[in-house]
Parts: sequence; structure tokens; C-alpha cells
Amino acid sequence: MAKVLMKGNEAIGAAAIKAGCKYFFGYPITPQNELPEYMARELPNIGGVFLQAESEVAAINMVYGAAGAGARVMTSSSSPGIALKQEGISYIAGAELPCVIVNIVRGGPGLGGIQPAQSDYYQATRGGGNGDYRHLVYAPATIQETVDLLMEAFDVAEQYRNPVMVIGDGMIGQMMEPVEFKEPKKRPIAPKTWSTDGTKGERKPNIINSLYIDPQELEDHVIRLENKYAEMKENETRYENYNVKDADVVVVAYGTTSRVVKNAIAKCEEEGIKIGLIRPITLWPFPDKAFEEITDRTKGILTVEMSTGQMIDDVKIAINGRKPVHFYGRTGGMVPIPDAIVEEIKKISGGVK
Amino acid sequence: MAKSKGAVTFNEDRCKGCELCTTVCPVDIVVMNREKINVKGYHPATVSDMDKCIGCANCATICPDTVIEVERIIEK
Amino acid sequence: MTKVFEKTKGLTDKPFHYCPGCTHGIIHRLVAEVLEELDVLGESIGVAPVGCSVFAYDYFNCDMQEAAHGRAPAVATGIKRVHPDKVVFTYQGDGDLASIGAAEIVHAAARGEKITTIFVNNAIYGMTGGQMAPTTLVGQKATTAPYGRDASHAGNPIRVSEMLATLDGAKFVERVSVHNAAEVRKAKKAIKKAFEMQLKGEGFGIVEVLSTCPTNWGLTPVEALKWLEDNMIPYYPLGNLCTPEGVK
Repeated sequence: MAKVLMKGNEAIGAAAIKAGCKYFFGYPITPQNELPEYMARELPNIGGVFLQAESEVAAINMVYGAAGAGARVMTSSSSPGIALKQEGISYIAGAELPCVIVNIVRGGPGLGGIQPAQSDYYQATRGGGNGDYRHLVYAPATIQETVDLLMEAFDVAEQYRNPVMVIGDGMIGQMMEPVEFKEPKKRPIAPKTWSTDGTKGERKPNIINSLYIDPQELEDHVIRLENKYAEMKENETRYENYNVKDADVVVVAYGTTSRVVKNAIAKCEEEGIKIGLIRPITLWPFPDKAFEEITDRTKGILTVEMSTGQMIDDVKIAINGRKPVHFYGRTGGMVPIPDAIVEEIKKISGGVK
Repeated sequence: MAKSKGAVTFNEDRCKGCELCTTVCPVDIVVMNREKINVKGYHPATVSDMDKCIGCANCATICPDTVIEVERIIEK
Repeated sequence: MTKVFEKTKGLTDKPFHYCPGCTHGIIHRLVAEVLEELDVLGESIGVAPVGCSVFAYDYFNCDMQEAAHGRAPAVATGIKRVHPDKVVFTYQGDGDLASIGAAEIVHAAARGEKITTIFVNNAIYGMTGGQMAPTTLVGQKATTAPYGRDASHAGNPIRVSEMLATLDGAKFVERVSVHNAAEVRKAKKAIKKAFEMQLKGEGFGIVEVLSTCPTNWGLTPVEALKWLEDNMIPYYPLGNLCTPEGVK
């Protein structure tokens, strides 16, 4: 299939449509605007619906309604907009509805900035909403990977009847790279007999709800959800390990930051320093298993993020004290450069001449 | 004028004793049954003199808990 | 004897949890009767709010969704856009619609969303125990306005129907009441018109229903009907504000 050069935000729109998404509810916010704009142009041509809501809060609740009515539906936003959607996401998880949520992250906190960042890691993986709930978080590093994960996200959402987040950053949204649209692998997806599309007098009413006023019923419900999340942890965790075995230093980084790290690794290899990379592709579930490949020879771990350090918590949990964990990051929209990372690596590997 | 004749039945265990029905009967026959307590512990509504009932359904219309059913025969 | 009044199939068998004399029960019944009479129960999807009527999803005998507080019009928008041929309605209280959900109702109306909203105005927050609502009258006491609502402090109550009637997307706006049998019958007519208009796909429809809250008003159910008539109707005049033939 021929590759086509596309801007990240638009590639996401095209991928969603190819994956059968027909409904998009959004709201303007930089740096993801090209996505709702793309959907506004394209969805009407395929009998779909694009609607600009009055707020991100309204948009996520439109997604709730559409998903509950049985539709393949998505929304997108950026950092503060995703913060506004957190209650809705908690309701969607509680009511077990499938949908896809895209966050093109910008600098924070508050109004922050519009340049790329990864400072929503906590928000995405710890859940910004209320209650015991989780959802998958895919963190692509290229536009092609974004397209692949986005298309698969719709099937995963329906397989587990849960929201799925795809988290990029300003670069993923704004960069142009060649992409092709491939069919994701087949997944077991049950028919939506639970959706509210009218009883037609043929069945009992379906109810989409997350209220369980009886505490024992709510506990039973949450434990059912917990089993689902355990299944996701078992089957859906993804990561890329590069050169981890016997590396002097192992770097942990995701998304576009991991590409900067790969440049730094190449430079270190020129100087005979062997550097490994663990690249989480799912931020939740976090790939603890990846850290088992780290051998005694490794002197330490360097976590590199476009934030003041959030994923580092999960790295520490995963390594469980076996190795010292260091951090290097830029934030606010500043992007780390390879030389700076090489310098940090050398502090750990002792290779600084 | 054709005189209509009606009758009402109360699903007593749904009644919460709110008394709204007693305020709308044009022939003032809907009253609270003080001698009886229903499953919820309320005095249920009842009719004191069913013969006078004209089947207008005012009581059922104002009842918030679908306690009352109304029947009517129109005597020519 | 022919039966002239019996429980509508539009309601499930579940008894209402509402306080004795709370007119939510009447309004539920009216909506359910209209859906049955229009023979659209199998085509209807309702959206319940957060508030006393949150359990509406257990009472209406059709597909239902429970929305986050204030978001029912947005949830209904999502449903209607997916199923434009279905009958979609929201059932909301004054805290849900006029306070946290004000933006959602205004924009659903402005968009001319082809849904029907049943807006129950009882001038108080019922479920949470009697706090002041956007529709609480000046001078009316509430647990968060213990000395009576003071306009200089908490502003004046919002006349939602008049506000929404200014929006072109709103094609049917009427305020009704249920404080006596005659008004209940009028309320049902308005609710039926609103749903019939949705079936014709005209645009957004809302029926504001003045309703009582004996428990939090501190009155008996019968006194509450009187209080509504004497205090709410002067501030919230009944009548139609807008019909498809054009603004009244």
C-alpha cells in the first residue's frame, strides 16, 4: 500500500476513519486543532458526524452518549482540555463504554504553553478522574506508530469495553511523516447487545449507568472492572527494548523523546559506550517485564522525559531498587537534545574523559 | 346530561399517604383510611362512598405514585 | 365498566423512591403516558440527570442512560447524532439543568438539537438535602440560604424557559405546572406536543414543569401545592413561549 506524507493530527483522523470511527466530538485547543478540522471535512463524506461541542466537558459526555448508543466514537484534546474530560472518562470507565481519546500534550501546568511536552503522564496513567479505574495509554513515537496504535485502539476499546487513550505530544501532532494504513489484527469483539438503540419492543430496556447506590454492589462492580484491568495488563502491555542486555547504562524514554535518545545512543556507541533503551509503548500498563532484561553489568538507569519526572516513579517501581535510577528532562515545551543526554549518560557510565 | 358512574381502586401498598388525591375529588369522597396501615407504614387513601364516584379520574391524575385506577360507565 | 385510567406501560413496575407527595412522580407518569400513547417506547432513549430523579433510568420503560450532573443534554446529543430516527429525551432537575448544566442546555437549544427536555423546576436541590438552586426564589429559605435568598448576595432566580426561547434552535418552549388536576392535564398536552414536534424533527423542545419539594420546603404535600401556586407561578408565569409556527 502506498505511503502518504501526512501531518500527525490529520493522520490520526484518517486512521480513525479507516478504523470505522464515524463520530467525533471535539473542541478547539492547540496543538491538536488539525484533527477536529480534518474530521469536520471528512466525516460528513462518509455519513459520519463531526460536532464541535461547547466545551471539552460537553464533548466527552457526547462521546459517552454516542458510545452508549453503540457507535464507534472518539474525541481529542490537549492537556488542560483532557483535564476537563477526566470526570467523563471516569464515567465512561464506570459504565464500561468503548471509546478512543487522543491527548496531544502541551506544556503545563495551567494554561502552560503550546509546545510539545510529556507532563501529562500522571494524568494519563494514574487517572485524573475519581474512583478505581484504569485505561490503556498508548504512547507512539512516530506518525506511523500513531496510526497503527490508533486503529487498534478502537478494537481494544470494544474488546475490553473501556476507554483507550492515545497520547502524543506537540511534535507527533504537528510533524509530517510518511504513513500507510494497515488492518489491525483481528480481535474477539462481542456484539453490542448492551447499547441503547431502542428496545423495539423486543428486549428489556438497556441501561448505561455508573451509579451503584448499594456499596456491596459497587464493590462487586469495581472488582469486575479490576479483573478486566488485570487482563489488559496480561495481554496488552507493549514496549520496545533495544540493546538492553549487558548495556553500561539503560535509558528509559517514550514517544518522541525516545527518538532523541536513539541519537544519543548512536553517539555513545561511536565512543564505545554500550547504551540500552527501554521504550514503553503502553504507559499503562507499564512494562515492568522489560526491566527483567537488565543485567548486572548495567551501572544505572537514566529516565529521560519532557517533564520534571513522572514516569520515573514507575521505573523505580519496576526496577525495585536493583539499580540506581537517574533523571534528565526538559519541560515547558523545551525538547532535550542528544548531546545533553550523552553528557548525562556519561555521568552514570563514568565514561567522561 | 348523561350521568357518568365510576369506581376507583387503590393499590394500597404503593400509597405514601401524601393526601393529594383528597384535595381534588369533585364529590369529596376520597379520604385517608385512618384505620389501616399499609406495608410502608402509611394510612392509604380510600373512597368513603363509591356510589357517588363519577369516574372523573382527578384523584388518579394528581397521584404521584400510580396508586389509583379508575373505571367508568356512561348511563344513557 | 370501562377502564379510563390505569398505570401506563411507559413505566416499569419499580415503585418510585420519591418522598410522599413529591410531584416528580406525576411528571414521570405524564412522560411515560405520552411515550406510550405516541407508541414510541421501543424507539425511545432517555437520559437521566443527577438529582432526585437520577433513578429515572429504573422507572422509564425504555432504553436509558445516566448522565453526569448537568451533562444530560450533551449525552442526549451524542445519542441523537448516532440515532437520528430515535426519540431522545432528557429529564432534568433545576440544579442539574440551570446550574452546572447551564452551558449544555443553552448549546443543545442553540444547536436546535432534535431532543425533548423535561425540566423539573422545584426551586431547590432535593437529593442533597435542600440547598439553594438557581431557581430558588428571593427570600426563600434553603440550607445554603438559611436567612432566605438575598439577591444582593446570590443574585436572582433564572427564568430558563424565557432564556431558551430567545434561541432560534428552540422550537418549542412551554412552562407548565402540576399543582392541581387541571394543570396536570395541561402539562401532559404540552409534553405530548414537545414529543410530537421531535417526531417531526423540528428542533429543540423543552417543557419546564413547576414541581413541589415538600420535604425540603418544610411543608406538607398539600401545602406545597399551594405554596407553588402562590409563590412560584407569579415569578415563573405559565404558558407557551415558543412553538414551531414561530415565537409566540
